[in-house]
Amino acid sequence: MALFKKKKPDFVPSGVDTTANAAVTPDKALPYAQLGLKDDEYARIQEILGRRPTASELAMYSVMWSEHCSYKSSKIYLRQFGEKVTDEMKKDLMVGMGENAGVVDIGEGWAVTFKVESHNHPSYIEPFQGAATGVGGIVRDILTMGARPIAVMDQLRFGEPSNPDTARVVHGVVDGISFYGNCLGLPNIGGETVFDKVYQGNPLVNALSVGALRHEDLKLAKASNPGDLVILFGARTGADGIGGVSVLASETFDSTGPSRRPAVQVGDPFAEKVLIECCLELYKAQVVAGIQDLGGAGISCATSELASNGGAGMRVQLQHVLKRDESLTPEEILMSESQERMMGIVPKKHLKAFEAIVNKWEVEYSVIGEVINEDRLYINWGEEEIVNVPPRTVAHDGPVYERPVAYPAYQDALNANTVHVAANGNGLHRHNDNGSELAAQVVQVVSSPNQADKGWITDQYDRYVGGNTALAQPDDSGMIRVDEKSGLGIALATDANGRYCYLDPYQGAKLALAEAYRNVAVGGARPMAVTNCLNFGSPENPEVMWQFKQATAGLADGCLELGIPVTGGNVSFYNQTGDVAIHPTPVVGVLGVIDDVARRIPSGWQDEGHNIYLLGVTKDELDGSVWSEVIHGHLGGRPPVVDLAFEKQLAEAIAAGSEQGLIASAHDLSEAGLAQAVVECSLRFGMGARIWLGEICERDGVDRTAALFSESTGRVLVSVGREDDVKFVGLCEARGIPVLRIGVTDNSGTLEIQDIANWNLADLGAAHKGTLAELFG
Amino acid sequence: MPKIIVEVMPKEVLLDPAGKSVNNALHRSGHNDITAVRIGKRIELHFDRPVTDADLAEAQKIGENFLSNAVIEDVVSVTVQN
Amino acid sequence: MTFKIGVVTFPGTLDDRDAQRAVRLAGGEAVALWHADENLHKVDAVVLPGGFSYGDYLRCGAIAAQAPVMDSIIKAANGGLPVLGICNGFQVLVESHLLPGGLIRNEKQHFICRDQTLVVENVDTAWTNQFTQNEEIVIPLKNGEGGYIATDETLKRLEGEGLVTFRYKDVNPNGSMNDIAGLRNERGNVVGLMPHPEHAVEAGFGPDMPGTMRSGVDGLKFFTSVLNSLVNA
Repeated sequence: MALFKKKKPDFVPSGVDTTANAAVTPDKALPYAQLGLKDDEYARIQEILGRRPTASELAMYSVMWSEHCSYKSSKIYLRQFGEKVTDEMKKDLMVGMGENAGVVDIGEGWAVTFKVESHNHPSYIEPFQGAATGVGGIVRDILTMGARPIAVMDQLRFGEPSNPDTARVVHGVVDGISFYGNCLGLPNIGGETVFDKVYQGNPLVNALSVGALRHEDLKLAKASNPGDLVILFGARTGADGIGGVSVLASETFDSTGPSRRPAVQVGDPFAEKVLIECCLELYKAQVVAGIQDLGGAGISCATSELASNGGAGMRVQLQHVLKRDESLTPEEILMSESQERMMGIVPKKHLKAFEAIVNKWEVEYSVIGEVINEDRLYINWGEEEIVNVPPRTVAHDGPVYERPVAYPAYQDALNANTVHVAANGNGLHRHNDNGSELAAQVVQVVSSPNQADKGWITDQYDRYVGGNTALAQPDDSGMIRVDEKSGLGIALATDANGRYCYLDPYQGAKLALAEAYRNVAVGGARPMAVTNCLNFGSPENPEVMWQFKQATAGLADGCLELGIPVTGGNVSFYNQTGDVAIHPTPVVGVLGVIDDVARRIPSGWQDEGHNIYLLGVTKDELDGSVWSEVIHGHLGGRPPVVDLAFEKQLAEAIAAGSEQGLIASAHDLSEAGLAQAVVECSLRFGMGARIWLGEICERDGVDRTAALFSESTGRVLVSVGREDDVKFVGLCEARGIPVLRIGVTDNSGTLEIQDIANWNLADLGAAHKGTLAELFG
Repeated sequence: MPKIIVEVMPKEVLLDPAGKSVNNALHRSGHNDITAVRIGKRIELHFDRPVTDADLAEAQKIGENFLSNAVIEDVVSVTVQN
Repeated sequence: MTFKIGVVTFPGTLDDRDAQRAVRLAGGEAVALWHADENLHKVDAVVLPGGFSYGDYLRCGAIAAQAPVMDSIIKAANGGLPVLGICNGFQVLVESHLLPGGLIRNEKQHFICRDQTLVVENVDTAWTNQFTQNEEIVIPLKNGEGGYIATDETLKRLEGEGLVTFRYKDVNPNGSMNDIAGLRNERGNVVGLMPHPEHAVEAGFGPDMPGTMRSGVDGLKFFTSVLNSLVNA
């Protein structure tokens, strides 16, 4: 009879945990602890909702409030990047931290978006897919800003080469990056590879991507207009990456869901390539008001972030999600991390145009909801409401921890153990009087795995696609032309030194910044923005938190001093092998701009008869150096001093020299000091040279070992044509840059360091380039 | 629901670098009695009704014309699985 | 008169924009051709560019070879239309039976990107007439499935009839039989090769050459050749 409101005749309760049910079963125990939530966090959720959460809501909060998604342990420190900023630094910043990626104005109506991210833990479990999906994820972040992705770079850290498990990880990771990046048609223009036993059980796989866009094409991840449609498009949703959330399957009333789900995500770069082209056409047609890519926490993240950012709400019908696997429960659909999916906010009037474009590219899509005029996120499973939350509480108002911080117990002894007092107070032995021993050390250093040529890896990546690559590995930075008419381009360099950071995390972070900054400058570009990927151990370890606190302060202070802002980045905690944390490894990426890539500066010698100048001062700074590691297996003391004001002066001098056409090549000095730099400059194009150390030793008061291997900062090797000598030296002196002629190039096919060695370039090249192939080929 | 299984193998006479690579890996891990490895593809054609002889014949054609490249591969079997 | 060179885009094609640039730099007009459109829009020649069409699913180029645009291209090629297949494009030509043989996974099982020296062994084609016989050129190579294979019979015929158009020199990067990097059909209008000429057409962005970084532009002659052949057609 009509007295009672009747449900539709075909309605059958599915057994899913609904909000209505949650309201009347407050005492039902949910496995929140297994999902990583603390008692007080669970209590807070109950307070926010006024009842217990449904299983779906619990899944959402647990993942969105996890360390990876909420940055709960790092937030209080990351704030510095937004606080230690001047208005001058912000003037070219179009989008700062907090969005998918930062966006910088590079002039001529162009903007560039870039970011680096980690995918460390998946790459240990399944190196190939972990690395592949890492590339996929960061590229989607760039695409989401409205940009065409134009390049990628990667920063890899593996365990000791001699350990058999290292090869497993190396092959998987390199194959995975090659597989995904090449198939997307993105040139890989640089990065770094480091081997160290601290990464044995926890490799680091960081991936960077950069994209270019016209100012007017900028897109943000927000849903602001009630009535706009919420459309999920791209790959179908499957059981990827669900892992821990599957524990909920046993806790719902639905007993039909399978109980074991994989934690690994599987990538399909072809699907992503098609998605990229499809999205760029959607952007061009201006049919999308907001867009978000789906990465960690999948749909729950995308919906809550779009709603929260836009200040409006959303109503979602989860059953409309296109599934690969019909057995997925609603909780699993919400948490799935299936790759190659985007969520678009499409005004109703643009729906037909949207459909025409996705159909052209044969990309699947479904309308799963609409934007509403309420600050609420409703998710239904058919007729049953399973999520009813305030979106901000999920996406932005997660817990903020102030983890305990403790100065490490080992720190003082570590810092006291310098290269001068090691070996029972005698100091690490130096063969200053034995030229041939020094020569052997040079070869040992440049052929050691960390210093050897990385071609075995980088030759597995496409560096040509796009036809805009002006510089790539082994050059100091990667450089891409953005505007084919004017030659406007961007340069990127990434650096990190875990050993330096272990000795002094504050200085270590500044040193990484200085090196990336210098790398960009020696290519001829002007540094202008920063991204970072902070790889650390467990935040529950107070000594690790001290490292994190110091490193973030060092980076923030350094950026302020150099006048370039952090535009975004990523934090990866819990990088340990057992209980042993990795060295603190903050990766710093610096973006620069060059008005015409034709002006770029090569990193090696190409002409004979050019004078070679060393800019900067060499001190006896071997603590934490490659020499101390490779020759003596030592780590102690304090890392080299960094003088950012001088780095700025040096960069400006290089820029001026380049503008006046005085510089034939420039290569900065870093790990393994002058020895490495000189070998690299000669091998780059096969041009020999005669080098002498006497004047360095005399002017700077250092011995030959220091002259060869010290890692003092603020130094660049520049080659100059004879006719430009006077002007170049004059320029340096006028700008207060110490400059010393230390060699001359020649076409002899040999590299001579006076009183030390005269190497045949072919032999030196074989030593420098053969190592990785021997280890892993 | 029934399926037709089409199996494609690289031609005997041509080199199979993937198979060779796997063979070497097996030898490295001590399986020295395995003399060779060859790797092909197994393709499933799904139907939502019973499969007929005509379907099988058609599957053979599809196998030869599209699912394999006759220059470098052979269709080695076409069978029904119910 | 500017000749129109069609450049086909399949889902997953990567080097189409670079091929279009190469056509423009050579003095032609690049026309984008969509895989699902069988209309060739009156182009005077066609380039099948590199990439991973259809994700290399099933076999490289296998699904692309079935595209509507390929029906038209096969017909037109049999009628003399110049067609250049680069890398994945070469794989499509082989799958379409416009060129003989097959292309399989690199011998060393890894993708390889390197600046490759080639010898131009046949200059009587629409795409190589601007080279000199046995000219050595440097062209970037980048692929994972570039190993050319063919039956003994086919190889004998190719060598006997001089249809091998490019051969790897110094280094065979993928295990291709007889070091074959590229070949032509009997008529000389269809040419396929694994290396990428469109990446060696603009100074500053090509392979390193002795003495000058990234200055290699040997690839440009592929495109000036076809324009030359059209002028003299």
